[in-house]
Amino acid sequence: MDYLMAFLVGGLICALGQLLYDTTKLTMAHVMVLFVVLGSVLTGVGLYDKLLTLGGAGASVPVSNFGYVLTKGILSHLQRDGWFGLLSGAFELAGAAIAAVILFGFAAAVAFKPKG
Amino acid sequence: MTQRKAGKRSISFGPGVGITASSTVVGPMEAAGPLGRYFDTVLPDTKYGEKCWEGTESKMLKEACESVMQNAKAQPEDVDIIVTSDLLNQLTSSSYAVREMPINHLGVYSACAGFAEGVIVAGMALVGGFASKAVVAVSSHHDAAERQYRFPTELGVQRPPWAQWTVTGAGAAFLEFPAPDPLVVSRATLGRVVDYGVKDAYDMGAAMAPAAADTIEAHLQDFGLPINHYDLILTGDLGSYGLEVLRELLARRGIVVDTQLEDCGALIYDRNKQDVHSGGSGLGSSATVFNGYVLKQIPQGRWRKVLLVATGALHSPVRVKQSESIPSVAHAIGVEVKES
Repeated sequence: MDYLMAFLVGGLICALGQLLYDTTKLTMAHVMVLFVVLGSVLTGVGLYDKLLTLGGAGASVPVSNFGYVLTKGILSHLQRDGWFGLLSGAFELAGAAIAAVILFGFAAAVAFKPKG
Repeated sequence: MTQRKAGKRSISFGPGVGITASSTVVGPMEAAGPLGRYFDTVLPDTKYGEKCWEGTESKMLKEACESVMQNAKAQPEDVDIIVTSDLLNQLTSSSYAVREMPINHLGVYSACAGFAEGVIVAGMALVGGFASKAVVAVSSHHDAAERQYRFPTELGVQRPPWAQWTVTGAGAAFLEFPAPDPLVVSRATLGRVVDYGVKDAYDMGAAMAPAAADTIEAHLQDFGLPINHYDLILTGDLGSYGLEVLRELLARRGIVVDTQLEDCGALIYDRNKQDVHSGGSGLGSSATVFNGYVLKQIPQGRWRKVLLVATGALHSPVRVKQSESIPSVAHAIGVEVKES
């Protein structure tokens, strides 16, 4: 059942992205930013948590989850530190993802040569 | 002085500028296409021993220049002028290709219409008495063009069905005046830049089709010719969709196409087997198809009169990102075998 829900939720998110890409003039960058913002907004109104419970990795793997971790961190710091939390909280959860991107990006750049 | 101007926009080359030799260099994908056997040199891969695709493109262009001179049995010293064109910023491929050649050089740009523009410029110099032997050579490379005009190739961006595939190839022609052989460029029509407001940098066939229709109409009017004067009218790189748009536009102008109308970009690949969507594009499209497929079959009598309408999308990546539309141009050259 977990697998099925992950497939359905993840599949729907990706299908939405593909539809946007196919039917509008939006480029890949537009769609990506849109999904991060959408994930952030859904987190703010408390819906993304429900989506994660429902779909598990189906909701945590797509890029919309990046909006979730950013907003989630900010919300927790906001409660703890007040307004300063708006600035300090962004990387609370996202920090690990960003560090991984830097590390793997660096490792790939050192190990491989571009094709052309 | 002999008047060479014909009508408003055309040039008559009088007895004709002779095409003494031609040469083509293509990548593996072009060689695997339906016209593969008409091309002279085939690259083993898209790098050809170079570190980057830009280097490969220059190398292809240089080899096309060298082999066209060999085919014409001429030395670089015999050539008065070499006209080259390519797609990359600052005519990168051109300058790096000719930097070791002791030949006067003119670089011209009209995107994928570069070959026809080069022939017109060289033809005017020859018939005007400013030169007696000239080389026209142009090139394009899929990967180099893709990253300059659209996205980095390794990003793996999805291409819409109307997208075209930039031809990896170079083509060159050796021109002489007076013409030693019966095969000549006898007429040319200069393109005007037209813009129907197409903004999609993938949809170049639709952007360029109006320019092709405009130039074909002007050519027929200026010389008072019926369209079936030519056995073959060959557009440069409209692709399959663009070619349909052109037929429609010509019909609206009251021009009934009762002769063979083809597009180099639609001919060069097998769209059912090769993943190229609407067909080929780039300077390599018209230059390799014309210098290979067409010029090799004219002596065999398949066609006697051919009009090459090379089409060019003149957008810059910067202006497209600023939401500007794509201006286009089409230059036409009429080639024929003179009756002796």
